[in-house]
Amino acid sequence: MDKLIISPSPHIHSGDSVSKKMQQVFIALVPAYLAGLYFFGIGALIISFTAMISCVVFEYLIQRFLIKGSPTIADGSALLTGILLSFNLPSNLPVWIVIVGSLVSIGIAKMTFGGLGNNPFNPALVGRVFLLISFPAAMTTWPKPIPFNMEYLDAVTAATPLAVLKGQSPEIPSTLNLFLGNMGGSIGEVSALALLIGFAYLLLKKTITWHIPISILLTVFVFTAILYYADPNAFIATPTFHLLTGGLMLGAIFMATDYVTSPMTKTGMLIYGVGIGLITVIIRVFGSYPEGVSFAILIMNAFTPLINTVVKPKRFGEIKKA
Amino acid sequence: MGGIHPKTYKFSAGKQIQAAPIPNQAIIPLGHYLGGPSLPIVKAGDRVKVGQMIGQASGFVSANVHSSVSGIVNKLDSHIDASGYNVPSVFIDVQGDEWLESIDRSIEIGRECTLTSTEIIKKISESGIVGLGGATFPTHVKLTPPPGKKAEILIINAVECEPYLTCDHQLMLEKTEEILIGITILMKAIQVEKAIVGIENNKKDAIDLMKKYAKSFAGIEIMSLQVQYPQGGEKQLIDASIGRQIPSGSLPIEVGAVVQNVGTTFAVYEAVQKNKPLIERVITITGKSVKNHSNYRARLGTPLANIVDHAGGIPEDTGKIVAGGPMMGRALVSLEVTVAKGTSGVLFIQTPEAARKKMQNCIRCTKCVVACPMGLEPYLLMSQSERSMWTEMEKDRIMDCIECGCCSFCCPSNRPLLDHLRYGKSSVGKIIRNRQTKK
Amino acid sequence: MNIFLISILTLLFIGAISAVILFFVSKRFQVFENPLIHQVEIALPAVNCGGCGYPGCHGFAVACVSAESLHNLVCTVGGKATMENVANILGKTASPVIPTHAVVHCGGNCEKRPRNNYYDGVSSCAIAHNLYGGETGCTFGCLGLGDCEVVCKFDALHINQVTKLPEIDEEKCTSCNACVKACPKSIIELHNKGIESHRIFVNCVNKDKGETILESCSVACIGCEKCMKECAYDAISVTNNLAFIDSYKCTLCRKCVSVCPTNAIVEINFPLKMSKSFEN
Repeated sequence: MDKLIISPSPHIHSGDSVSKKMQQVFIALVPAYLAGLYFFGIGALIISFTAMISCVVFEYLIQRFLIKGSPTIADGSALLTGILLSFNLPSNLPVWIVIVGSLVSIGIAKMTFGGLGNNPFNPALVGRVFLLISFPAAMTTWPKPIPFNMEYLDAVTAATPLAVLKGQSPEIPSTLNLFLGNMGGSIGEVSALALLIGFAYLLLKKTITWHIPISILLTVFVFTAILYYADPNAFIATPTFHLLTGGLMLGAIFMATDYVTSPMTKTGMLIYGVGIGLITVIIRVFGSYPEGVSFAILIMNAFTPLINTVVKPKRFGEIKKA
Repeated sequence: MGGIHPKTYKFSAGKQIQAAPIPNQAIIPLGHYLGGPSLPIVKAGDRVKVGQMIGQASGFVSANVHSSVSGIVNKLDSHIDASGYNVPSVFIDVQGDEWLESIDRSIEIGRECTLTSTEIIKKISESGIVGLGGATFPTHVKLTPPPGKKAEILIINAVECEPYLTCDHQLMLEKTEEILIGITILMKAIQVEKAIVGIENNKKDAIDLMKKYAKSFAGIEIMSLQVQYPQGGEKQLIDASIGRQIPSGSLPIEVGAVVQNVGTTFAVYEAVQKNKPLIERVITITGKSVKNHSNYRARLGTPLANIVDHAGGIPEDTGKIVAGGPMMGRALVSLEVTVAKGTSGVLFIQTPEAARKKMQNCIRCTKCVVACPMGLEPYLLMSQSERSMWTEMEKDRIMDCIECGCCSFCCPSNRPLLDHLRYGKSSVGKIIRNRQTKK
Repeated sequence: MNIFLISILTLLFIGAISAVILFFVSKRFQVFENPLIHQVEIALPAVNCGGCGYPGCHGFAVACVSAESLHNLVCTVGGKATMENVANILGKTASPVIPTHAVVHCGGNCEKRPRNNYYDGVSSCAIAHNLYGGETGCTFGCLGLGDCEVVCKFDALHINQVTKLPEIDEEKCTSCNACVKACPKSIIELHNKGIESHRIFVNCVNKDKGETILESCSVACIGCEKCMKECAYDAISVTNNLAFIDSYKCTLCRKCVSVCPTNAIVEINFPLKMSKSFEN
C-alpha cells in the first residue's frame, strides 16, 4: 500500500465536472441542430463545423503560444462556444467570416479575460455582434428555409418574419410554421419546438433552472401583449409572434443561461431575465434593428456583477421566528 | 435550505454491535478537541480498575477521563491522535478486566431516577461525558444554560446524516428503552416537558421501534426527517424540528433548545442509572473494500489497528483512512491512533477516489450557493480568502460557516472551497478575538 | 470648410474652458504635504515591502519627517547608505544599522526526515498547518509548501525541490520580515549577519522528547544538553528539549558543533576545516 493521502474534509465528491455540464448542453442542442440541418441544409453543416473547429483550434493555439498555460480544450467549452456561435449565424455566411467570428469569440471575449470563468460577456454573442456590426450586409441576408438545401453561398434568400415588422416584406408565416421553424433566420434559432425539447432536457438534468428562460419569455410576452392590445394597428405583431420569432428562444434558453455571465442567486436571475426581456422588446419595437436579443443579453451581462453584489442569498438565521 | 444528497452507502446497517477485543496496552488521550485538556491524577506504576478516574477536568469547560481497562499504568507520554499531533496520553498495560465495584454491570434496565436536576448534571460531569456526535463538547456545560436563559425543549440528534456511519442507528435498534430513559433523565436535568427525537426517514426500523417504546414515556415525540446532508447539523436540526433558526453567532439556547446526540443520551443513562462513566463507545468500521463492515463497542484507548484487524484488516486498495464520516471526518496519518470520545467510525477510501482531481477555474455555476445550508456564497469567500480580504469575509458572514463540506462536494471544477473557507474562518476568528480582548 | 473650422474652434474652446476649471480646482483642493516627505521618499528604494514597520515607503517617509530623531527608524532594504541619505536630507543622525538576514531553522530534508504520508490539500503552508502536523513525523518542522517563497519580493527565497526546504540567498535578502511573518510554524528568524557572515545556530525548532523525534528526523535537536555543557561562554540554553544559542554571547569557537550527536547545530560560511560543515 502506498503512502496514505491526507487532505481536508470532505473526502467524497459528487462526481460532477465541467465537461459533464458541457455534454449536457450539447445533448440539449441536438434537436435544434437537426432542425437547422433540415431547414438550411449544407450551409448549416459547413458553418457549424467551421465554427466548432476554429474555436477549439484558436483556444489551443492561444493557450499554448500566447499564454503558455496548460490546454483546457478538453473541458468542451470552446466547442460549445463554437456551436452556439454558429447557431446565431445565417447559413450562407462565407467561411472566412465565420473564422473571424470564432477568433473574436475565443480570443477577445474569452481568453483576454483569463479563460473559462473569467469572461464578463457571453463569448458567442460577442462574436456574433462583432460580425453583425462589421459585416452588416452578409449578416442580414437570410436564406429561405428549404429542406436539405444543397446550396451554400448561393442559397435563395428571403426576409425573416421580424424584418416584416420593419416594413420590409408583406408576408408573415403561419403560427405553426413559426413554431416548427419553417422560417428564415439563423441556423439554430428557427425551431421553437426543438429548442423547447432541449430546455426540457436541461431542466431534467438540473443543468439550469427555470428562472432565467421563463422570466425572459414571460417579460417579452407581457410587454408585447400590453403594446399589442393598446394599439393593434401600430404594433402588428401578437405576443405569440414575438415569442416564436427571431433569436428569443435560443437566447433565453441557451445564451442567457450561460453560467459565467449570469447572476448567482435566484432573485438575481429573475431581475436579469426581466431586464433582458424589456430591452429586447424595446429594441425590436422602437429600435432600428429588427432583432434585439443579442444586445439585450450583452447589456444585462454588464449588470450581472452589480446584481451579484446587491442581491445576496437568504442567510440562515436572518429572520427571527418566535 | 441548501444541502446535498450523497449516496448513503450504509453497508454496516443492521450489523449487531459486537464487543471489540480489549488491547494489550490502552493509550488514553487526556485532551479533547473542545475544552481544556484534563490533568492526570495517576502516575507510572499505579494500578487502575475499569471506570477509575485517571484525569481530572481542568476547568468548567473540560471533562474527566476514566480508565477503560484494568491494569498498571506504564507511563504518561505523548501519543499521536487524529489531528496528527502528539498529545499527552496515559499508557496502561492491560491485566484482566476488573471493574470498579460501584459500577452496576447487570443487564436489567434501570427505570427509576430519583436524582434532582442539579444532582443529575453533577453525575454527568463526574462521569466525563462529552458530546459523542463528534464535537465532543462537555455535556454538563451544555446542560447548564447561562444565567437569564431557560431551555424550552430537548432535541435528540439521531439523524446520522453522514454517509457510511451506522453507530447511532444500531444503538437505537439495540438499546431503545435505555435511550428513552436517558432522554427523560436529560429532560429532568434541564427541566423541560417536551423532547423531540429527530431521525432521518431512511431508518424506518429505528423510527418504528422508537415510536413503539416512546408511547410509554410522556412528552417524547419521534420525528421523521427528510434525508439530506447536513440534516444532523445542530442549526439545521433545530430548524427542521421546531422551525426556529438560530441567529448568526448565537447558541441553540437562544431559541430555547438544547441538542444532544443519541449516543450521548445512552451514555447519560449508563452514568446515572448504572454508575458507569464514559469508557467505551460504538464505532463503525466501513468502506467499499472492507471485508466485514461492522459496528463495534470499543473501549477508549484501543488502538484502531486492533479493531481494524478484527474487521478483516486494511483493504489493499486503501488510499485514505478517515476517522469519522466522509464529509467532516479527519484523514488519519496512521492506525496507531486510539479510540477517543469523538471517534464515530473508521472509513477506508479506495485509492482512485481518495486523490483529489485537478482544480479548474470557477465557472459560476451557483451549485455551491444552492448547496450551502447557511446561505453563504462559498465561491466568493474562497476568492476573498485567497487574497486575505478578512474584513470583507467577516461582512460576508464567514463565521456562520459550519464546515459541512457541501460546497466542495458539489463543485464541478473540483475547487477546494472548504480548505480556504476553514482557513478564512480561523484567520477572521483570531482577528475578532483580538478585537474583543482589546476592548 | 466651414464645418472643419467650426469643429476645431469648438473643441479648442471646450479644451480651454476645461483647462481653466481644472487649474482652479487643483489650486482650491490641493492637499498640503511637507515637501521634505517627497524628498525623503525618492531617496528610499521604493519597494513598499513594509519591513520598516510602516505602510509602504511613503509611510516611512512621513514617520522620518515627523519623528524627533531617526532612532529605531531603519530601512532594512536600503541599509546604511539609504539611512545616511535620509539623515542628510533631514539634518538628523541615522541610527546604526546592524545588518541582519533571515535564517531557516530546519534541517529536515527528504533524506533525513522521510515523508510518511502524502498531502493532497491546497498547496499552502498556512492551510496545511491548519489541518494537521505535516507529511513527516516531526510536527514542528518545515512543511515545504512555499508560503515564504510566495511573499518574498526580492527573489531571495526559493524552495529546493529536492530537499523540500527553503534556501535563502544571502546577497538578495533584505531582512524585510515578510517570510518570518508568513511561516505558520515560526521556523524563520532574523539573525545578525555576523563578522564576515560567520554564523552558528541550532538548525531545529522541535520541542518533542529526544526518543520521539529521532524516530522521525535524524538531524533534530534531542535536548541532550551536550552543547550546553561544552560551551565555555554560557551562550547555550536548553528549554523544552530544544537548544538555543545566544548570538551576543557566542564567540564562534565551534566546539558545540563538534559535540552535537545529531548534527543539529550548523556553522555557516566558515572555511572548510576538520569539523562538520553545513553545505550552504
